[in-house]
Amino acid sequence: MVHDLYQEVILDHSKRPRNCHPMEDANHKAEGYNPLCGDKLKLFLKLEDDVVKDVSFVGSGCAISTASASLMTETLKGKRREEALKLLEQFHELLTTDTPVTQELGKLVVFCGVRDYPARVKCATLAWHTLKSALETEAGEPVVSTE
Amino acid sequence: MSTLSSKIAVDFDVEKIREDFPVLKQTVHGKPLVYLDSAATAQKPRVVIDAIRKFHEVDCANIHRGVHELSQRSTEAYEETRAKVKKFINSRSKNELIFVRGTTEGINLVTSSWGRRNVKEGDEIIISAMEHHSNIVPWQMLCEETGAKLRVIPMNDRGELILEEYAKLLGPRTKMVAVAHVSNALGTINPIKQMVEMAHEAGALTLIDGAQAAPHIKVDVQALDADFYTFSGHKVCGPTGIGILYGRSKLLNAMPPYQGGGDMIRTVTFEKTTYNDLPYKFEAGTPNIAGGIGLGAALDYLCRIGLDTIAAYEHELLVYGTEQLQQIPGLRLIGTARQKAAVLSFVIEGIHPHDIGTVLDRQGIAVRTGHHCAQPVMDWFNIPATTRASLAFYNTFAEIDALVAGIRKVKEIFS
Repeated sequence: MVHDLYQEVILDHSKRPRNCHPMEDANHKAEGYNPLCGDKLKLFLKLEDDVVKDVSFVGSGCAISTASASLMTETLKGKRREEALKLLEQFHELLTTDTPVTQELGKLVVFCGVRDYPARVKCATLAWHTLKSALETEAGEPVVSTE
Repeated sequence: MSTLSSKIAVDFDVEKIREDFPVLKQTVHGKPLVYLDSAATAQKPRVVIDAIRKFHEVDCANIHRGVHELSQRSTEAYEETRAKVKKFINSRSKNELIFVRGTTEGINLVTSSWGRRNVKEGDEIIISAMEHHSNIVPWQMLCEETGAKLRVIPMNDRGELILEEYAKLLGPRTKMVAVAHVSNALGTINPIKQMVEMAHEAGALTLIDGAQAAPHIKVDVQALDADFYTFSGHKVCGPTGIGILYGRSKLLNAMPPYQGGGDMIRTVTFEKTTYNDLPYKFEAGTPNIAGGIGLGAALDYLCRIGLDTIAAYEHELLVYGTEQLQQIPGLRLIGTARQKAAVLSFVIEGIHPHDIGTVLDRQGIAVRTGHHCAQPVMDWFNIPATTRASLAFYNTFAEIDALVAGIRKVKEIFS
């Protein structure tokens, strides 16, 4: 029933989000906001030689947006910038199309259930849109909105 | 089931009423639909659907000034609704009733037509902390345009307006007090008669947002002494795209037209155009004729049941719903005014409304989650959003039980 959306992994990451803390020495930051339901998050990235050395987030939101941010940070560590942007595309495809699930996404495949809940796609993609914003700007703290 | 509820429930045959609403017969995700979102839009009884179909199938013609038979029939049906609204809200005259698209347009008509001519720099407009965006933003736009100031009546923790603070805000510069009769997010019923009196004593006019009141309480604009009163058709079981703005004739006569075009004129030349009398001065272009006819059928339907009966039954639902929800650990009701309409807004500790709403949806239960077009209300209570179950006279006590069971399921998943 609704367990296709709220799978164990998602529930676990929403209750105990990983990498959920601010980062003093982040060299990329961005904020994301989903005005329709009030999900908010701030993303911190430490990129060195174009590799994600560290990533964390803080914020408040629904289970889907929190779990998505948490799983994203786990997936991103050690990835190159281009790999991160490719994952973003693949993740978006996973949520919005019927394309078969790819192994490259790893744990992120747990979100494939979101396809059947179009109203929740923006919750799942908020962290990733915020990531894109953080990667694409060198300085300053842009605020990304899902609207 | 509470014993308080059984009295009115016995006299009110809700199952028979539900048969009038085709939409309620369906299943959603394999479960019977439990529609608890009437504050967003009310369901339509078959007589309303039929009236609209009859217009399109039998009487379809443009209204006013047609000499042919169909035009006369459609004009009669459309104008009959105006007479029905006059009775429904007890206005002095049909000419004080303007057809608009809905409450939002009604308010915008006033800010645009009355506001621009009568509000100047340094004037003050009073609204309340519990307003829907439609009764905030038009006034903000007017204040920005004119240099007037917006003042806000605060509320207490129960979601009741603090009248002593309202009294302090009223002053010689107050031009207008715009306030909701019933709050869509909290259910609070405001003491409008008293607030209008206080406004008039200070020399200010009043506009009452009746969107959430008209479906649930008997409205009497003369008794309230409101200067403007507006409500939406789709919330009183009529179709979308139609609503009513009531305004005192003296005020409406002094106001410039809202939109220009056909029907609102008497004569047109390129040198000079003269305007039509009330109410037509404010009704430019071909209106939502089908919508107007549907609204008339909806008001007939509600009056046949009786607004007092509806209010009494919904109150029983509210009492039962409140009792049941308050027993759920971790659930907090938002909006606990002493005078309330049947709206149950709540938060559950540790679980986001969006998740609550999704799980409830999969059980066939339709509630609304989010800020309900009242972001300032959410900010006031320091919450991102609520889950809102809003009840109507076609809901049952069993549906409230289903909501409670649904919430327990939500808690199970997220525990």
